[in-house]
Amino acid sequence: MACQNCEELDLIVKFPEKTAELDTYIDSLGLNNDMEHNRGLLIQCLHRAQHIFGYLPLEVQKHVSKKLSLHLSEVYGVISFYHYFTETPVGRYKINVCTGTACFVKGAGTVLEEFKRYLNLEQGETSADRKFSLGGVRCLGACSLAPVVMVNDKVYGNVTPKMVPEIINECK
Amino acid sequence: MIDSVEKLYKQIDELKNTPKTASTILVSLGTCGIAAGGNPVYEALKSAIADNKLEHVFNLVPTGCMGMCHSEPTIEVVHHATGERVFYGNVTPENASAVVNAGQGVAVGIPLLERSWYCPEDEEKVSDEQVQARIVLRNCGRINPEVIDEYLVNGGYTALAKVLTGMSPDEVVQKVLDSGLRGRGGGGFPTGKKWEFAAKQKEKTKYLICNADEGDPGAFMDRAVLEGDPHAVLEAMAIGGYAIGAEHGYIYIRAEYPLAIQRLQIAIKQAEAKGLLGKNIMGTGVNFTIELKYGAGAFVCGEETALIHSIEGKRGEPTFKPPFPAVSGLWGKPTIVNNVETYASIPAIFRMGIESFRKIGTEKSPGTKVFALAGKIDRMGLVEVPIGTPIRDIIFKLGKGCKYGKKFKAVQTGGPSGGCITTDNLDTPIDYDTLIALGSMMGSGGMIVMDEDDCMVNIAKFFLEFTLDESCGKCTPCRIGNRRLFDMLEMICDGKGTEDMIERLRTLANIIKDTSLCGLGQTSPNPVLSTMNNFMDEYLAHIKEHRCPAGVCTKLITYNINDNCVGCTLCARNCPVACISGEKKTKHVIDQDKCIKCGVCFNTCKFHAIDRV
Amino acid sequence: MVKLSVNNMAVEVEDGATILDAATKVGIKIPTLCHMHLDSFNVEHRCASCRICVVEVEGRRNLAPSCSTPVSEGMKVKTNSIRAINARRTILDLILSNHPKDCLTCEKNGCCELQELAGEMGLHQILYKGEMSHTTKDLSSKSIVRDPAKCIMCRRCETACNVMQTVGILSGVGRGFEVTVGTAGARPLVDTECTFCGQCVAACPVGALTEMSYVYNVWTALNDPSKTVIVQTAPAVRVAIGEEFGMEPGTISTGQLVHGLRLLGFNKVFDTNFAADLTIMEETHELVERITKNENLPILTSCCPGWVKFLEHQFPELTYMPSSAKSPQQMFGAIAKSYYAEKIGKKPEDIVVVSVMPCLAKKYEASRPEFSHDGVADVDIVISTRELAGMFKEAGVHIDKLDSQDYDNPLGESTGAAMIFGASGGVLEAALRTAADWVSGKDLESVDFKAVRGLEGVKEATVNVAGIDLKVAVCSGLGNTRKVLEKIKRGEASYHAIEIMACPGGCLNGGGQPYIHGDTSILERRKEAIYKIDKDLPKRKSHQNPDIIKLYDEYLGKPGSHKAHKLLHTEYVKREHF
Ligand SMILES: Cc1cc2nc3c(=O)[nH]c(=O)nc-3n(C[C@H](O)[C@H](O)[C@H](O)COP(=O)(O)O)c2cc1C
Ligand code: SF4
Ligand code: SF4
Ligand code: SF4
Ligand code: SF4
Ligand code: SF4
Ligand code: SF4
Ligand code: SF4
Ligand code: SF4
Ligand code: FES
Ligand code: FES
Ligand code: FES
Repeated sequence: MACQNCEELDLIVKFPEKTAELDTYIDSLGLNNDMEHNRGLLIQCLHRAQHIFGYLPLEVQKHVSKKLSLHLSEVYGVISFYHYFTETPVGRYKINVCTGTACFVKGAGTVLEEFKRYLNLEQGETSADRKFSLGGVRCLGACSLAPVVMVNDKVYGNVTPKMVPEIINECK
Repeated sequence: MIDSVEKLYKQIDELKNTPKTASTILVSLGTCGIAAGGNPVYEALKSAIADNKLEHVFNLVPTGCMGMCHSEPTIEVVHHATGERVFYGNVTPENASAVVNAGQGVAVGIPLLERSWYCPEDEEKVSDEQVQARIVLRNCGRINPEVIDEYLVNGGYTALAKVLTGMSPDEVVQKVLDSGLRGRGGGGFPTGKKWEFAAKQKEKTKYLICNADEGDPGAFMDRAVLEGDPHAVLEAMAIGGYAIGAEHGYIYIRAEYPLAIQRLQIAIKQAEAKGLLGKNIMGTGVNFTIELKYGAGAFVCGEETALIHSIEGKRGEPTFKPPFPAVSGLWGKPTIVNNVETYASIPAIFRMGIESFRKIGTEKSPGTKVFALAGKIDRMGLVEVPIGTPIRDIIFKLGKGCKYGKKFKAVQTGGPSGGCITTDNLDTPIDYDTLIALGSMMGSGGMIVMDEDDCMVNIAKFFLEFTLDESCGKCTPCRIGNRRLFDMLEMICDGKGTEDMIERLRTLANIIKDTSLCGLGQTSPNPVLSTMNNFMDEYLAHIKEHRCPAGVCTKLITYNINDNCVGCTLCARNCPVACISGEKKTKHVIDQDKCIKCGVCFNTCKFHAIDRV
Repeated sequence: MVKLSVNNMAVEVEDGATILDAATKVGIKIPTLCHMHLDSFNVEHRCASCRICVVEVEGRRNLAPSCSTPVSEGMKVKTNSIRAINARRTILDLILSNHPKDCLTCEKNGCCELQELAGEMGLHQILYKGEMSHTTKDLSSKSIVRDPAKCIMCRRCETACNVMQTVGILSGVGRGFEVTVGTAGARPLVDTECTFCGQCVAACPVGALTEMSYVYNVWTALNDPSKTVIVQTAPAVRVAIGEEFGMEPGTISTGQLVHGLRLLGFNKVFDTNFAADLTIMEETHELVERITKNENLPILTSCCPGWVKFLEHQFPELTYMPSSAKSPQQMFGAIAKSYYAEKIGKKPEDIVVVSVMPCLAKKYEASRPEFSHDGVADVDIVISTRELAGMFKEAGVHIDKLDSQDYDNPLGESTGAAMIFGASGGVLEAALRTAADWVSGKDLESVDFKAVRGLEGVKEATVNVAGIDLKVAVCSGLGNTRKVLEKIKRGEASYHAIEIMACPGGCLNGGGQPYIHGDTSILERRKEAIYKIDKDLPKRKSHQNPDIIKLYDEYLGKPGSHKAHKLLHTEYVKREHF
């Protein structure tokens, strides 16, 4: 816990330019004294914060909650509700196997199993060297290519377990 | 700047009269077209045209989804002189010069696709092959969604013009009522009724929301509309705003759709710049602005009250209705939530008129519905059919049945809230009420086809797993009840089921439906009930014989190599965990402790030497 | 008015009423869990999440949650159809299937709404057993134990903390089966801005939020012959503890309480009210001084530790405002371990001061480092009204059957002014009584300042104190407090004095009082009892308490003296705020 805290403190202190970037964004949204109004901006602020910092550690959450004058618990409650937000750092390569229905019936399950086995990671985990994160995603809307795997922004269609090593090897 | 309605018509006329190239090449560049390699094809075509200096002959246009996802990348070449349209599928960059060189003819060597639709607004149906009628998708794959002029030239914003200059808000509501349009987001609630309700509210501030959360996995029509024809939605929202007295609208869109977001942003900017959105639209004094709000990965946020909370920056937990959003919605103000496809139907209704619209579809549900065909179907993609079309036509005429000649088993409609429809019911005309009668739902329009290799118990378990993951956890029946359903299904799939579970599953499923707070819980047991109703034999096989008839439930199957094995080593080379051993030309064996039952060996062996038991 | 039928009985209720209201009107009880209506504070929690209250409504597709479904004309409701009963049973079954069945050792045993429901509904087995959700218990604070394993997600605590108190400690966390109610970042409660007011505990229907119990520590102390164990009882305890023994709410059981404590073996039974009189002496001295000098106004009362912590976190820039007087509990401790210790010739470390409080924040207050000397805490153990009732029951002391006894001396004597500390407005009224006499130099007849009484969240009044018009306000509940403080910060309001209590209605509704299960009429009756005690006492002004006069004569000198300051005053710190 203590360790994680240092790291979090680092984030704000170490990257003042990132914090400034976030602040510029938040300030551009036109905050006012109306708590309801500010709350309405929370989710987009979190999107931006995660985009800038890569994840949303408590330190960043505090920063956002202060800026919007919301209770920290509210911010945390929101973050913990939405799958998109993560509190832990993710790997350089975010491997997301589509677990939507179309992909499932076309064998996404075995593809996911193979990724788990190959990377020795569970779904939602990041490798120790922070190179890979393995996750699932619900339907990318590319169901015609099922099963679909997305690595960062790249979409692989018609994936079979056999393709797993190739996909990993392409991550350099 | 279009500051009067006359200017709009004038501009459309000007656009229509601009000289055209002899042919237009449309390249399908929706998300899945791009994923399938559409961009290199587009680039190759561009260079081919440039290299041959044919810019005056070919106008190259990036468009949204054409619906033929099964053959992406697809392109359409329209020869304006003859009106002829040629569809090519599985196009490669190498095909580019052939397409260009074919001139006004048809290039050889590229798979051709037939056009299975007609657009009722512009043309007559001429053949029985045209099972589809495109109203919502009319512009998808036909215009460049990033260029507002292309929307205008196809009659864009004329519906809005008509409404703002010739009709009172009440008349607009009445028209929508008369059209019989029902919500395409799942429930099928009459859109006009909803609008009427909100229009009646005395509050000064009201909101209009477009639900573009499209959370149902396997459904992607909203995405296709937003990527392919974003202005249709914007125009409809402005009409709705005028009708109910709202000046501000939100589009709540899932963050997983970056391309749709980008195209919407462009569309809003362009419409505002032209004076078709924003303050004093077309000089009529009417104001309407639209803002995008992003989801963050929560299926339940498709439910309207949860969606509203999400826009308010809260946890996306639904609240009990009443009060309905039309009375007290976003920030406590009267709010309308409609689906993307619902909106996309609206400009067409005003353009073509109520009569023509009501000619399509059924008496109780006029119009069309877009379906996304996916799963074990041959022709995956988007189809738009008149409501009332037999399911068989959709699956077999348009979808061409199952791939690899496998036997069709069932089609799941309504996603995780729906149920499966079996061969017995394929001739049912598709409609909100007929599907409910079959224990399923129209839902958003996803259709996942399953074949003989799918275990229906496992499918039910899959849907519940989805529900467990996506339930907001607020109310008891959904939070704990679905978990208990899942626990039982898991035991059944693991061969630990008992016969009394059947009754318990059924009772609990019905009580969850009866008592859950929101639509998610009220429908989440449908896949269980529906598979139980249609495939009880599979349940019993798992429970009584500890056997998975489809050979899917891994705890119940083993792979063994029989005497047919010729020792070709193919299986050993393909096994992902390398648990098959054996010398070349001798019988191989599987190390059962290591085998992960992935079935790869079973599918690769050419000698029927592997048994699945 | 709307006409409908419930189980074929015609009933007429007001527009906007719910099915639950209608059923209650015809005498039908529908079980509820998540619903909570705190009438007196205008707080209604209606999240419709537990679904235990579902009933059948003719013509409706699904069962309706009666707590949230508004009635409509001609509605036909059936609360006891097989369909409704089956559904309710199944809901209970599901709740229990994910609930530790620890009733026998649960803090809430005997006063748990879920347990009672299970009893009433007669569910004798759990059909849908399965995996339970995974949680960890939070034992970090001195005041409150959070055991999310027992949480049924009724979210009543969230409404208490976030809406009513606006402290915002609790939020739904995660979703689906593993959803819980928790703190930001899942931090232990002790690392949050929690005020330990305990309103969440009071709201929780089950044992997911309970007090940290110190009963065992008290038993240990009582059994240690080397210790002199003395006990003090807060004003609000005596009008509530009887409820735990079947006495009518509002029964005054002061004498029986004292008797019971003696039976438990306390060496001396003293009264926090004595210290409350002392508090008035110090606080009023400060009040009069600040008003005469017209500086540092308004003066804020400081006897509620929940409020003090709220201030320290949420308004650190205002920490100069409250009176520096300690709370009665801490004044008692300080006097007990100095004046009284000297008097009986004991070392402070050999005296154990036990407090019986209506309050959970007092547990935390006693542990604040500034309230100890040389490692010896002024107050050693704090138990709640509920915990004391538990000790009585354990020892077989049924106070309803006991006759009255009097407090011991010298720390047992008190006035009506001290008594009303237990109700919102009381501290201010007590101070005004003394201030009026001091300023006028007379023994004034009129002692009742009724404008500041009652359970309303904010009461404002201009009171005439010996010819001077004072603008005063009384806030109870931290949400109300926040509103008033923000107004002051923005310069939109100015007062001479404000009384602030963290709990809505004051200590009579403290987080350690017997559970009212949403019935605020109980609070009204506790309040009436408090004012009755005051009215019936011969002395109703703190400065007339003979033992207080003696204390100053013998030991402290004058109010505000150096010695008084050393023993009876404190200061406030600025704490982290998000
Ligand atoms: C769990 C759940 C998810 C839903 N998801 C969506 C969705 O993704 N898109 C949508 O348009 N409607 C969705 N709906 C339906 C909406 O609540 C709402 O009924 C709809 O947006 C109304 O629009 P319509 O009347 O135009 O259909 C969902 C409903 C539920 C209960
Ligand atoms: S039914 Fe499920 S998703 Fe809907 S409110 Fe209840 S728990 Fe949440
Ligand atoms: S089923 Fe998969 S893991 Fe098992 S032997 Fe065959 S290929 Fe290997
Ligand atoms: S692929 Fe078939 S024939 Fe070849 S080694 Fe494996 S089991 Fe034998
Ligand atoms: S919370 Fe209630 S039901 Fe649960 S263990 Fe405690 S007393 Fe029993
Ligand atoms: S009620 Fe039942 S469980 Fe509880 S003590 Fe008695 S026998 Fe035991
Ligand atoms: S004790 Fe008071 S401040 Fe702390 S969590 Fe409970 S209600 Fe909130
Ligand atoms: S902790 Fe108690 S009050 Fe809070 S949600 Fe859980 S059961 Fe309800
Ligand atoms: S009002 Fe009374 S019971 Fe409540 S926190 Fe303050 S001192 Fe404790
Ligand atoms: S289900 Fe995988 S992309 Fe749609
Ligand atoms: S062709 Fe791309 S979505 Fe269908
Ligand atoms: S009491 Fe009505 S839903 Fe909980």
